[in-house]
Amino acid sequence: MLMISPRMASAMQEKQYTPSLLSFFIYNPTFGPREGEEEKKILFYHPSDIEKNEKIRNVGLCEAIVQFTRTFCPTKPAKSLHTQKNRQFFFEPEDNFWIVMVVRNPMIEKPNKDGKPPTIEYQEEEILDTVYGAVVRQCYSMYKLFNGTFGRAMEAGGVELLTQKLEKFFYRYLQTLHLQSCDLLDVFGGISFFPLDKMTYLKIQSFVNRVEESLSLIKYTAFLYNDQLIWSGLEQDDMRILYKYLTTSLFPRHSEPELAGRDSPLRPEVAGNLLHYGRFLTGPTNLKDPEAKFRFPKIFVTAEDGYEELHLIVYKAMSAAACFMISASVELTRDFCEQLDGLVGPQLTLLASDICEQFTINRRISGPEKEPQFKFIYFNHMNLAEKSTIHMRKTASVCLTSVHPDLMKILGDINCDFARVDEDEEIIVKAMTDYWVVGKKSDQRELYVILNQKNANLIEVNEEVKRLCATQFNNIFFLD
Amino acid sequence: MGEEKSHYLELSENPVQFEHASSVNNVFFDEANKQVFAVRSGGATGVVVKGPDDKSSVAFRMDDKGEVKCIKFSIGNKILAVQRTSKSVVFPDKRSLKLLKNQSINVNWYQYCPETAVILLSTTVQGNILQPFAFRNGTMSKMSKFEIELPVIPKPAKLSLSERDIAMATIYGQLYVMYLKHHSRTANSPSAEVVLYHLPREGACKKSHVLKLNTTGKFALNIVDNLVVVHHQSSQTSLIFDIKLKEPDCAVNTHQPVLPARSIHPYRMPLAGPAVVPSQPPVPCQLYSSSWSVFQPDIIISASEGYLWYLQVKLHPTVNLLQDKGKLMDFLLRRRDCKMVILSVCSQILEGGDKGSLPVVATVFDKLNQVYKEYLEAEQSYTVAMESGPSRGSAAQKRPVRTQAVIDQSDMYTHVLSSFTERKEVSHKFVIAVLMEYIRSLNQHQITVQHYLYELVIKTLVQHNLFYMLHQFLQYHVLSDSKPLACLLLSLESTYPPAHQLSLDMLKRLSTANDEIVEVLLSKQQVLGALRFIRSVGGHDNVSARKFLDAARQTGDQMLFYTVFRSFQQRNQRLRGSPAFNPGEHCEEHVVHFKQLFGEQALMKPSTV
Repeated sequence: MLMISPRMASAMQEKQYTPSLLSFFIYNPTFGPREGEEEKKILFYHPSDIEKNEKIRNVGLCEAIVQFTRTFCPTKPAKSLHTQKNRQFFFEPEDNFWIVMVVRNPMIEKPNKDGKPPTIEYQEEEILDTVYGAVVRQCYSMYKLFNGTFGRAMEAGGVELLTQKLEKFFYRYLQTLHLQSCDLLDVFGGISFFPLDKMTYLKIQSFVNRVEESLSLIKYTAFLYNDQLIWSGLEQDDMRILYKYLTTSLFPRHSEPELAGRDSPLRPEVAGNLLHYGRFLTGPTNLKDPEAKFRFPKIFVTAEDGYEELHLIVYKAMSAAACFMISASVELTRDFCEQLDGLVGPQLTLLASDICEQFTINRRISGPEKEPQFKFIYFNHMNLAEKSTIHMRKTASVCLTSVHPDLMKILGDINCDFARVDEDEEIIVKAMTDYWVVGKKSDQRELYVILNQKNANLIEVNEEVKRLCATQFNNIFFLD
Repeated sequence: MGEEKSHYLELSENPVQFEHASSVNNVFFDEANKQVFAVRSGGATGVVVKGPDDKSSVAFRMDDKGEVKCIKFSIGNKILAVQRTSKSVVFPDKRSLKLLKNQSINVNWYQYCPETAVILLSTTVQGNILQPFAFRNGTMSKMSKFEIELPVIPKPAKLSLSERDIAMATIYGQLYVMYLKHHSRTANSPSAEVVLYHLPREGACKKSHVLKLNTTGKFALNIVDNLVVVHHQSSQTSLIFDIKLKEPDCAVNTHQPVLPARSIHPYRMPLAGPAVVPSQPPVPCQLYSSSWSVFQPDIIISASEGYLWYLQVKLHPTVNLLQDKGKLMDFLLRRRDCKMVILSVCSQILEGGDKGSLPVVATVFDKLNQVYKEYLEAEQSYTVAMESGPSRGSAAQKRPVRTQAVIDQSDMYTHVLSSFTERKEVSHKFVIAVLMEYIRSLNQHQITVQHYLYELVIKTLVQHNLFYMLHQFLQYHVLSDSKPLACLLLSLESTYPPAHQLSLDMLKRLSTANDEIVEVLLSKQQVLGALRFIRSVGGHDNVSARKFLDAARQTGDQMLFYTVFRSFQQRNQRLRGSPAFNPGEHCEEHVVHFKQLFGEQALMKPSTV
């Protein structure tokens, strides 16, 4: 359900512009400290067709702002700069390496009579530092997942290699940033977990353990169903960013063939005498192809002594996906891939139908899914579990929400308030329309509820939220 | 692996010894009482009766009235019966006999099974139509007769079924007639087999199992621990068959030997007689001797040497002879003294060079838990039956017997898992996989997992800093909620902060741990949180005010102390009509403290209404 903002309704001819990416650059001030060498500081600049001197000016400005604000608080330099037209975000992921993202504020273009140029009204308060600050950090995490740290590239091949890597990675990555649909979920960077009964979960455990035992090259395994996580052998922070990659990039790219329709099912593979639907999402698309390449994307995860580099094999059968991670020092062969396909394909197919069956049973028990009166976002900082009834299924391009951006903004504001204090809190906001927005924070958990109840009063809203907690969150400790 | 270790059959260590058979000493054996009679000179110089224990051993003399053909006691050694001619039996004690029932049948020979009180008569010219009768409570009832399939039908017809080739025995609680079917050149049977006919109390007798011997020659049969043991004289080896072990490659109910043929474990006899010199070593006994007589179910007698042994199965050597661990478990679970062997097999597949793969481990766990579950279910239905009153139901239910095959969680924990998890050379990945596999198997059999197994999982995960793994297990409730587990989690908080949340969630779900939740919150100085919580669960009226006030005061937050103090004053007002604390609540020092901080006038006054 998409609703129309009152402002838009009042002036139909007005044109609304969403926030967009103006520029994105990475620099290191120590690389060109002398006058005339400023260009050397710049490691990456988007858009690339900007004139050199402007680039240098912009970088210099950022440098100056950071330096200046440091005098007030040496440990916490400025994180963002608000101007009328845009907002700049500064992030120093590694010593002296700065990532800067400049976002143009949303604006409204009002036509003027008599052929005068339209008036532009910038809505500089409409975007949230927390949301876009998180986006910048996510950019770096994603780079690091596939390339390791900036420092690593420097050690391996100096500035030249680093700039190459940055160019290669961010050229494509920035195109996938959809700043207009960033919201609270980006702040959380959470993981959606698939609800599952204990027995089926144990079966998955058993499957993972057996595969890791028979294919001893496999170091870590992650298991997902319906784009939701069930098991991660990786540590939480690594899984968080890998999950982001899988669900916003890899899976959507491969979903089309599956969505092509039930009438044209995938051809099942036959391994031995077992029928299976397993296939590689990374690496070889067709094992039988004699020209097939057995190259997989490499990822970097934290290890006891810094980081380790791994091959990422993503293998999927129906809605179940297993990620197998193998040390990058091993060369993967056709033999290995065939072995994996033969072992995992049939088992994963069986498991996928087991999970599907169990899921259907559970749904039948809990009754048909009714459209709830309220929409909510839940996040637990402890296990990064997130749950949203506000967001539609993520696709490669956009993340659709079913509520108005104004309400999302309120959620973001409440979140900022929560971040400021350590104690449990509850905030209830009456929005301009008939909506009530409630934010609750209990220990490490946050819950945001949007209620659409005309003429409801504060007490009723409070009661309604209590009811929601009792039904949806009865198995966790959530203070009223 | 020495040959020595692979003998899976042995003769009992304490045989019954008697004077060996000779020209002056005749030896008889009574299968019903398991007594050996040594009759010297027709009884004139003594009859020595030796039974399985000293109580059943007797010695006496009787007049020599001719050669004794057979001699037996009644049960309890009350009446002695002696047969000297083919048509008369003498009872030394004078008794009168009464004919109860008679049946006229032409009989070639008979066999009697004392265990089940069934007599089997061989009838017809060929002798292969067997007529069983059952004796019960002084009555004799005819059971349905049946035919033994002969390998070749002789022409002209003549007696073709020998009593030597037929034996009766109880296997897994059922009576079977065992027929030793020799190979025949004419028929299509290259080697001998044992054919089992199931003889039920009611209904027809049916051919049920065929045991393939894969060889020819002279055989003898024993039943030990529900296993059919076939001794082969010429090779001096024995085979064992388990009729419950399904053979996947064979047609239904055709069985191959469970294990490769082995001879009975060598046996040494101390030299008999008073002339024995102490230093003289015991002499080896000649096994499979032609002077051996074999009786059902498990008796071997060497009349020439004066020994009666019970045949026994040793389970330990079977472990290395049966490579298929699933089959090995099936085999062991049906044996009497199996517990320690099974547990050692479990240890063996988890540790050391003979380590099994996870699917093997899973199979073994599933088999153990199947038996475990059946026992638990039987136990439960017995309990239910007892609770609903003994008069109900058709027959009084018997309490289920716990056999050694019931390997419960505590057995596994004590004998296998706790030591396994401590072994340094086993990777923690494998340890966790095994523990999860065991928990999976228990769950699959709907057996409630004991807390100490979870503790073992947690201990292992914590030892290897695998907190995120632990977190995920808890998230999916793989480690079931319990107060001890919640407390264990609390204790992990200092190394893994999220354990705090996990623990509180668990306490909340238990819904019987509200006091613990309050304690946890108070210990974290979350006094208001604790107060809100106890109110939400309706326990506010019963909590100790002092506990909350102590905690509030400890925070050093004066406003918090004020709030909590006032809240309890209000409670007092509501409950007792006065805001004052009762002396029993021991809040005096807090009242003083409150007055010091906020003054006398800040105290809530008793409402006059």
